[in-house]
Amino acid sequence: MNSLINLKNLKRAEIISDIKKTAEDFQSLNFMEVCGTHTMQIYRAGIPSILPSNINLLSGPGCPVCVTPEEFIDKAIAYLKEGYEILTFGDLYRVPGTYGSLEKECSGKVKIIYSPSESLEYALNNPDKKFILLAVGFETTAPLFAAVVIDAKKKGIKNLFLLCALKLIPPVMRYLLETGELKIDGFLLPGHVATIIGSEEFRKVCDDYKKPGVVSGFEPEDILQSIFILLMLLKHKSRFLETQYRMAVKREGNVLARREMEKVFQKTKAKWRGIGEIENSGLTLKEEFIEYDISYIHPLKIESQVFNPRCRCGEVLRGIISPVDCPLFDNGCSPQTPQGPCMVSSEGACAAIYKYGR
Amino acid sequence: MCLGIPVKIVEINTDEQSAICEYKGVRKKIDLRFVPDVKLNDYVILHAGFAIQKVNQESAEQIYELLDKFEEFKES
Repeated sequence: MNSLINLKNLKRAEIISDIKKTAEDFQSLNFMEVCGTHTMQIYRAGIPSILPSNINLLSGPGCPVCVTPEEFIDKAIAYLKEGYEILTFGDLYRVPGTYGSLEKECSGKVKIIYSPSESLEYALNNPDKKFILLAVGFETTAPLFAAVVIDAKKKGIKNLFLLCALKLIPPVMRYLLETGELKIDGFLLPGHVATIIGSEEFRKVCDDYKKPGVVSGFEPEDILQSIFILLMLLKHKSRFLETQYRMAVKREGNVLARREMEKVFQKTKAKWRGIGEIENSGLTLKEEFIEYDISYIHPLKIESQVFNPRCRCGEVLRGIISPVDCPLFDNGCSPQTPQGPCMVSSEGACAAIYKYGR
Repeated sequence: MCLGIPVKIVEINTDEQSAICEYKGVRKKIDLRFVPDVKLNDYVILHAGFAIQKVNQESAEQIYELLDKFEEFKES
């Protein structure tokens, strides 16, 4: 198995040929990626079309914007109407809540940021305004929000708050495996989530369910190598986790980032759009930093509904259907007129297939 | 959203735990608090304004090469 580790030098054609050869030993295989960047790259590079027909790639709940529930958008819009200004990553701007998106509601009161740390400058430079930072993302991004909260407290900033919907990948993997709704034969695991939490966290999930997983890098070659490694793990059955993205992933992850995240946040039950509530799958601010939690400082009651009941993003996010099986796909739902989050985010499975084809 | 790219550190400001990084000629400020042992000319993975891990130069260059080869890959 050690030879698997030095795959970097293998050329693409050789990897594809190895995948084809090894896949002959299996019937049909479902490999799920739980990372929006992987989804985008897989379709951008046309990987499904070069794989043998018995390997089916499924996009799981790996796009943070896609799994953010309607009520989060509804709440953000409600806070806008209460006079707050919203700071957010661009991807969330066009996601529909119950009645519409931030883009439709806001004009000028929503600022798109590249880094969460920009929120500190907004707050410091505009002491007469109140800002809410939309904290959406997985473990890769959570430490960045933690850093902002720590800095805000250090600098005595009182006009910046978080609306938090941060989520965790291992619990949703466990959920998908527990429900058994879908046959999953292996996981392509998110390299940058593992950069923070460490490969060990994924090993626990893979070992508990005896389900192979490969922590993968993001280039097409990385993904192909990871698929080959998954096949080898399935064939040899001697262990369940391998790391392909070794340049950045350590067993223990990034200890400083994890520490910062654990200092500021605690695990909580979280709602995943189209999936439902999962215990301990989200993050919320700890008591010590509660003054930065807008849900605590200024609670709002929101009645949310599904934006378009015909939208099947929920099933897409669970890997049950392919985006093209949704009746709205390219039939009223497109990146220009998105009816659900999977078509809004550039990392959503619907947007990726719409743009690049199957 | 978990996108990260390897960037080169071209200036360090130790007081603020921050640095200036460069990728394809574009310079950006980067927070180093999660990767404090970074030196000039090191490569790190940049995610939304923060360094999240140090990587070696060879790996970073390999990624650049893959990124450059991407179009070729798509067409083949």
